[in-house]
Amino acid sequence: MMFVPGNNPGMMADAHIYGPDSIMLDLEDSVTMAEKDAARLLVHNALKTIDYGNTEMVVRINPLNTPYGKKDVEAVVKAGVDVIRMPKTETAEEVRELEAEILKVEQEIGRVGETKIMAAIESALGIVNAYAIATASPRMMGIALGAEDYSANLKTNRTPGGAELLLAREQIVVAARAAGICCFDTVYSNLDDMETFRKEVELIKTLGFDGKSIINPRQIEVVNSVFTPTEKEITKARAVVAAIKEAQAKGSGVIAVNGKMVDRPVVLRAERTIALAVAAGVISEEEDL
Amino acid sequence: MVTIGPGEGLQVDLQSSVAAQFGRQIKAVITETLEGLGIKDAHVEAVDKGALDCTIRARVTAAAVRATGKDVWKD
Amino acid sequence: MRNSKLVTLEEAIKRSGLQNGMTISFHHHFRGGDKVVNMVVDKLAEMGFKDLKLAASSLSDVHAPLIDHIKNGVITGISTSGLRGALADAISHGLLKEPVVFRSHGGRGSAIANGELKIDVAFLGASSADELGNACGYSRSENAKSICGSLGYALPDARYAKHVVVITDDLVEYPNMPMSIHAADVESVVVVDSVGDSSKIAAGAIRDSKNPRDILLAKQAAKVIINSGLFVDGFSIQTGTGGASLAAVKYIREEMINRGIKASFALGGITAHMVKLHEEGLIGKLIDVQSFDKVAAESIKNDPTHQEVSAVEYASGQHLGSATHALDIVILSALEVDTDFNVNVLVGSDGIIRGAIGGHQDTAADSALSIIVCPLLRGRIPCVVPHVTTLITPGKSVDVVVTEYGIAVNPGRPEIAEKLKAAGLPIVDIKELAAKASSIIGTPDPLPFGDKVVGIVMNRDGSVLDKIHNIVE
Repeated sequence: MMFVPGNNPGMMADAHIYGPDSIMLDLEDSVTMAEKDAARLLVHNALKTIDYGNTEMVVRINPLNTPYGKKDVEAVVKAGVDVIRMPKTETAEEVRELEAEILKVEQEIGRVGETKIMAAIESALGIVNAYAIATASPRMMGIALGAEDYSANLKTNRTPGGAELLLAREQIVVAARAAGICCFDTVYSNLDDMETFRKEVELIKTLGFDGKSIINPRQIEVVNSVFTPTEKEITKARAVVAAIKEAQAKGSGVIAVNGKMVDRPVVLRAERTIALAVAAGVISEEEDL
Repeated sequence: MVTIGPGEGLQVDLQSSVAAQFGRQIKAVITETLEGLGIKDAHVEAVDKGALDCTIRARVTAAAVRATGKDVWKD
Repeated sequence: MRNSKLVTLEEAIKRSGLQNGMTISFHHHFRGGDKVVNMVVDKLAEMGFKDLKLAASSLSDVHAPLIDHIKNGVITGISTSGLRGALADAISHGLLKEPVVFRSHGGRGSAIANGELKIDVAFLGASSADELGNACGYSRSENAKSICGSLGYALPDARYAKHVVVITDDLVEYPNMPMSIHAADVESVVVVDSVGDSSKIAAGAIRDSKNPRDILLAKQAAKVIINSGLFVDGFSIQTGTGGASLAAVKYIREEMINRGIKASFALGGITAHMVKLHEEGLIGKLIDVQSFDKVAAESIKNDPTHQEVSAVEYASGQHLGSATHALDIVILSALEVDTDFNVNVLVGSDGIIRGAIGGHQDTAADSALSIIVCPLLRGRIPCVVPHVTTLITPGKSVDVVVTEYGIAVNPGRPEIAEKLKAAGLPIVDIKELAAKASSIIGTPDPLPFGDKVVGIVMNRDGSVLDKIHNIVE
């Protein structure tokens, strides 16, 4: 998910050409208080006019307890945003408040139920309440970690190794999976250190995250290459899925691939690998029916 | 950069890096936006560096909101 | 020394027999740091000359003082590859009575060689010269002040002009050899304090662009080349110096190493990037008509497999042995491309002259595969349009257009389109690109052109390709 400041019309106009899976236009931390009103209008007009193709469009609004939050919701729902990202989420109640606000605007324009929510968790309390937040609304499609505010809240600082984020990351993945929604990791801001960035992306993929937030198109390639299954992985996965289909056709309960018994987690992993490969465009869906 | 002040009718002074190609259209977008906000009398000074129509609409609306104190979104 | 040709600039001018109405010529190897044109024309104005025709290989922002000389009738005609800055703006508004004649580098070379462009006196700046006139674009002394590398655009002038004046700021001991300009072609040698501002002639090696759009365009261009069928051992290549072109070289290099492919030569404007690949053994020879940075200038001086080439032998369409005829792949930029693949690199979308033909017409026509790399939009200015403002390079010589919204292949090259599609590249109809551009920025109003012809664009064969009219404001 690529972050784009909501006060930069030039960047908003063509962020999609670099092929990010989703774009997050930001009305919150990257916009000064003096420019909140102008940025809200820029984002509203950009969403209404620019053809973003199949890119998922997200807007990070200001919290509802600021003078900006409610107007942000009205502006972006009326512009047809796909997902509203709520910052600094700490309780399930906050999610329900946002949901009510969104519903009000959707009813006004006759498009009830179309706007989804993503909750950014950026504090200790938020982590403690992660599962409650993840299950607070049927509109909730994912939860994400905001590491800068989180580490400050913990009274520590960010380190390259990310030790201070261990619990938060695992908690978010666990909560998301238990709730059946997606989970996203935090941004990495040093554009000159692609090596460390790649290691971080590999780490969070291993932890189970669905995706990562990025701040510059140059980071897209690294994320895609880490998350896209390799040819070897795809071949293995196909073998497993083929074996399953064969077994099902024969009515057999036990499957073996290359002489090794294969049980359900392996199958699930194989199916996920194929899904990722299709999403990455490396293989086409029809091939694997 | 858009600044809106009092005026008679809608008067637009436009400085644009693409004046020859798009000056007329930009002025049209500015006046349409203001008319859509119910503003019939204003003097607008706009300095444009090749912004898209949607950006111009946003900037004009923002300037109008600040000038009139009346927001387009509910509180 | 005996028979020394050393004189002052004034004496050199007197000796040359220059008269009002004659043609003087200059090269542009000192680029934005050039001092020669202004210095010489100032002197000519001082001496009372009028109605001179200025045949430059190109002119840039730094030549704005010519505006006054035109107003005073010192210069009444110009031929060049390009115009920029205040001078270009003034000419677009009708400053010169006679239209400027625009030619490509190869076109200028041909015209000089076949007598169409007759030069009476050539004033050729050199980074070093000896007293008999052997001159180079670099120096082997420690006093080198303004090195530029290849003198490719000066060589036709040196050979064919009636009278040649070499101007240098580094006089060296005879013989200054090996030389670019041979003493036998030179009548006078003038030493001045400085022929160019070295900080503006050649920067340190141009840094890789970090602009994400340049990187995206570069990757796509590299993929086009790699999958074109021409990316084989011994291929040859030429690139421009824009951010995307230079970045493309980086990605091509990676694949060259992966596949164990080497290029036989790189041609044209040579940069540190090309020198690096050459020194790594990835490019066999460098054929240099213009050295863009200090690294290239040093390399041409020291490396016998990095050679200077004259504009004629580089790109003349009338000389079938010119290097462009051996060129496989060229990466070019554009101000505008239209739906017939015609390219404009000279006139802005506001109708004001602001670029140069350079080697565009020559390389596009003669190469096996010409690739235009340009963004779909530059701010609100569309680069893919229904009709170019001015025709510089005809569509039939343009094969592929790479934009960040997709790649268009000339219908005349279906085999290329097939290969690129098979490689998974986003091939689109060029009309779709033009439509996409206008869907984003709207349709521009027609430009306020007047009736006066301020520029004539010549084709490589000496015929007129297009006319540029003045802009009325």
